Formats: sequence, structure tokens, C-alpha cells
Amino acid sequence: MNSITNEAPLKAEARNLSFYYGNFQALKNINMPIYEKKVTSLIGPSGCGKSTYLRCFNRMHDLYPGNRYEGAIDFHPDHTDLLSKKVDPIEVRMRISMVFQKPNPFPKSIYENVAYGLRVRGESARSVIDDKVEAALRGAALWGEVKDRLKELGANLSGGQQQRLCIARALATDPELMLFDEPTSALDPIATASIEELISELKEKVTILIVTHNMQQAARISDYTAYMYIGEMVEFGVTDQIFIKPKRKETEDYITGRFG
Amino acid sequence: MNQQELQNLRSMIVAHKRWDYLFGVLGILALMLGLMTFVALFSDMAVNGLARINVEFLTSFPSRRAANAGILSAWVGSVLVMVVTAFAAVPLGVAAGVYLEEYAPKNWVTDIIEINVSNLAGVPSIIYGLLALGLFVYTFGLGQSILTAGLTLALLILPVVIVATREAIRGIPQIIREGAYACGATTWQVVSDHIVPYASAGILTGVIIGMARAIGETAPIITVGALTFIAFLPTAPFTGEPPAGLFDWLFAPFTVMPIQMFNWTSRPEAAFLNNAAAAGFILVLMTLTMNGLAIWLRYRLRKNIKW
Repeated sequence: MNSITNEAPLKAEARNLSFYYGNFQALKNINMPIYEKKVTSLIGPSGCGKSTYLRCFNRMHDLYPGNRYEGAIDFHPDHTDLLSKKVDPIEVRMRISMVFQKPNPFPKSIYENVAYGLRVRGESARSVIDDKVEAALRGAALWGEVKDRLKELGANLSGGQQQRLCIARALATDPELMLFDEPTSALDPIATASIEELISELKEKVTILIVTHNMQQAARISDYTAYMYIGEMVEFGVTDQIFIKPKRKETEDYITGRFG
Repeated sequence: MNQQELQNLRSMIVAHKRWDYLFGVLGILALMLGLMTFVALFSDMAVNGLARINVEFLTSFPSRRAANAGILSAWVGSVLVMVVTAFAAVPLGVAAGVYLEEYAPKNWVTDIIEINVSNLAGVPSIIYGLLALGLFVYTFGLGQSILTAGLTLALLILPVVIVATREAIRGIPQIIREGAYACGATTWQVVSDHIVPYASAGILTGVIIGMARAIGETAPIITVGALTFIAFLPTAPFTGEPPAGLFDWLFAPFTVMPIQMFNWTSRPEAAFLNNAAAAGFILVLMTLTMNGLAIWLRYRLRKNIKW
């Protein structure tokens, strides 16, 4: 399933990226490419920094005091440095959307949940919003289940549906890159399977970076995989290669379950 | 475990459970003491005052004859003062609470402000009266008016509104905030689209509880110069002397329920004491209604908020 063409264009590139929570260095000098319209997964034991790394891409760390970035994330095709102090984090978040670990629909209607990104962008034409909400819900494979109950609260949906609602919300604004932070860890196996299937479909349209605690999931859905350990990027490569023939001993130990 | 050990174990459990029982009884007694005091007070007022409560009592001005006296000017005054209090305290308190939770940088200045907001809640109400007398009455020249009284009580309940706002905001999960920021929202968009709407149940509850406290306040209102005997109502909008405006009533002299009660209890005739009891009964009903409203609103608003 992981058809890789080596000439896949770059969407983003982390260069010498380090990150500090106050004095604690959580990420150490990470260099990593992210290829356009591919799924790249980040794996590694708890606390290895994979979520911290993911949250650099939409500058989520800017919300809390004492956080500091070093290095750069070069975002293609315009070569904006996502981490630059000159780049407004809001601009970054307008281009890069995120789906969280626990489904976090707003306590608003299903419709308003999906429409929120558009409203933030000042879109007020009802017909435009209607169309984009429908397209996003279809894209998130949720339209059939909710099309007759768009006015109901998002929280009334099941856990898996809520997560797909959050994906629709992240999808509605046509992001260039979507970040998924362990999107299935709070879901049952059936809901997990539907989200995985959805992610595999989404990469037709959008670049995806996903953190997962589940190696089988990484193997199933991603084209590229990065193994992280204590803030460092141990190995990055094509998923098949990482899982079948890892170059580094640490990666092999983790993947075969001897460690972690 | 043999029979003897089992016996010992069981008697030990029985002995320990005695404390459960004892504390339960003690707790009920403590509760009853508080509740019964209120019930006794309330029923005493009801017994003495209920006979006086009728339509005339609510629609008459105070009078030298106890049988003719009513609380029209007092309850209208209380309601109008509360309206001013709400319109002043809610925007200020909510803005301050939102600022402290969502905007303020975490540093020592913010810490000092936070500590002093809690301190404000403990300042005796008469001090607010003195402040208002100096500031609103003399410095700003607002007079001994409904506006002055409303603003004074607004200051008094401001800490309550701020604290309620902050508590309500803290109840919103961080992940909801992050979800909104991740959509590209600015702090103001997060506050106006999410934080304030989701916190509104808690804020409203705090506001109403603060108002229920304010409606019974006497000391600061006397300090700013409320009248104790007043036989006319504030001018309705556009009916006063030209140029009559919408807000003439703000500058009208007034009295409020607790002051009317105090006035009557200090009279020698026993009949006025019944009037005071009747007014007290109605004042308690007003506060109970407000508290009931707070509970109902909280229930209604929370129904649509699920995380």
C-alpha cells in the first residue's frame, strides 16, 4: 500500500530544530523532511518528544509562557520559516490544521463546529459556508451519518464520530498540512479503523503528519516513519524500510518490542 | 481465620462504624441549626407581616399612619438600583475576569492584582459607602441618586463577579481552547466565540448571587444618602421637566427595601413593626427568587454545554 516515489516533492523541512520548555530541552537538533501528499508518522516511547515536535508545526507552544524554539521549519513552496518570530502563529495555524488526541468538538452544533475555521477567516456567506461544511463532512466520511442532524450538539455524537467531526473541522479550511496527535488513542478498534481509512484517503489532497503510539498503525497508514527517542530523531525513512530493515539498532529494538 | 478472630474483626468494625454514625448525627444537627434559625426568622416575619401584605401595601407610599403605609417607593428603588448595579458590574467584572484568565501575563504584577481582587471581597461594605460618597457624590457630582447607589453596589459585588467569571473560565477544558486556537483564532475570537459563551452559566450564577447580596445591603446606601421617607417615584423616561430624557430616573432620589425596613423598626408604634416584617418577608422573597433564577439559568445553560 505504501507506494513511494522518491521524487515526491517536499512540503516542509525541519532544520536543526530544538525546543525548550523553560530550561528543559525537549527536542534536540531535529532534521527531517516532510513530503507532500504523503503520510509521515512519528513513533517512539512516551515522553520521547513526538507530540512536542508535532506541536511546533502549528506553533501551539506559543500559547504557553517560557517555551522557546531554535532552528527552523522551512515550509514549501514559499519557504516561510514557521518558527520565525516574524511569522505570526495565527498565519501558521491558518495554513496548518490539527486534530487532537481526545476528540474536542466545541459545545456547539455539528454545523457550527465544522464552520468555525471559516468564520474565523471572516467568511459570512451562508451558501459558501453550507457548501464547505458539506464538503468537509463528506471528506471526513461523516456526512451520511449527520446530514439530517446538523443542528445537534457535536457532543451528542459517538467518540469516533466526534473525532471525524474534528477532522472535518480541520479539513474545512483546505489546510496544506494536517497534524494528527494520536488521533485514535481514545477510540475503540472499529472507530480506529475508520479513522485510519480516512487518513489514507485524505493524503490524496493534503500532507499529513501523525503522532502515533501504535506501531502497527504507523506501518498500516504511513509512507514515511520517524523514530524518536528522548528528544532526538533516531531514524527517518520509508515506512517499509524502517519496519523491515531499520538501519539503527535502537530502532530495531523498539520496533521488535525489545525496548519501549 | 478462626471464629475468635472473626468475632474480634466484626466487633472492631462495629466500633469503628460508631464514629460514622456519630458524625452523621453531628452533621445533621449543624445543618439544622443553620436552617432552623432561618426558618424561625422567616416564619416569625411571615406571622407578623403576612396580614399586611396585599396589593395596597405594594402600591402605596410610606405614610405616618402604619395602616396606610406601603413599600412602593422602596421596591421600585431597589429594582432600579439593581438594574444599574447589573449594568455596571457585569461588563466590568466579566472583562476583568477574562483579562486575568486569558490575557494577563503570568508575572508578579498579575499575582498582586489577583491577591487584591480577593482582598476586595473582604472589605466591609460601609467602606464602599464612604468611597462612593467621596467619589461619586462629591467628586463626580452624581448626587445622592439611584446612579450613585447602583454604582456603589456594583463596586461591592465586583469581586464576586470577577471570581465567578474566573472560576467559570477555569472550568473550560484547555483542549477546547487549543482546538479553537488551532483553527487560527485570535485570543479575542477564542474569548468571544468560546470562553465567554461557555462560561456564561457560571458567570450568571455569580452575578445573581452577588446581586442577591447587594439587594440586602443597607450601610453603603445610607452612607451615599438614600432618603428614609420618600413619597414619589423616580420620573419615568421622557415625563420629567423638559428637556426630559430616557435616563432622568438615574439622578432621582430614592430609597431601598432594607432602609424602609430599618425606618419602620425604629418607630415606637407596634403597627410599624408589622410593616417592617411584611417588607422583610418580601425582601427575602426577592432574594430567594433571584437565587432560584440563578439555579434555573445554570441548569438551562449547562444543558447545551458538554465537553
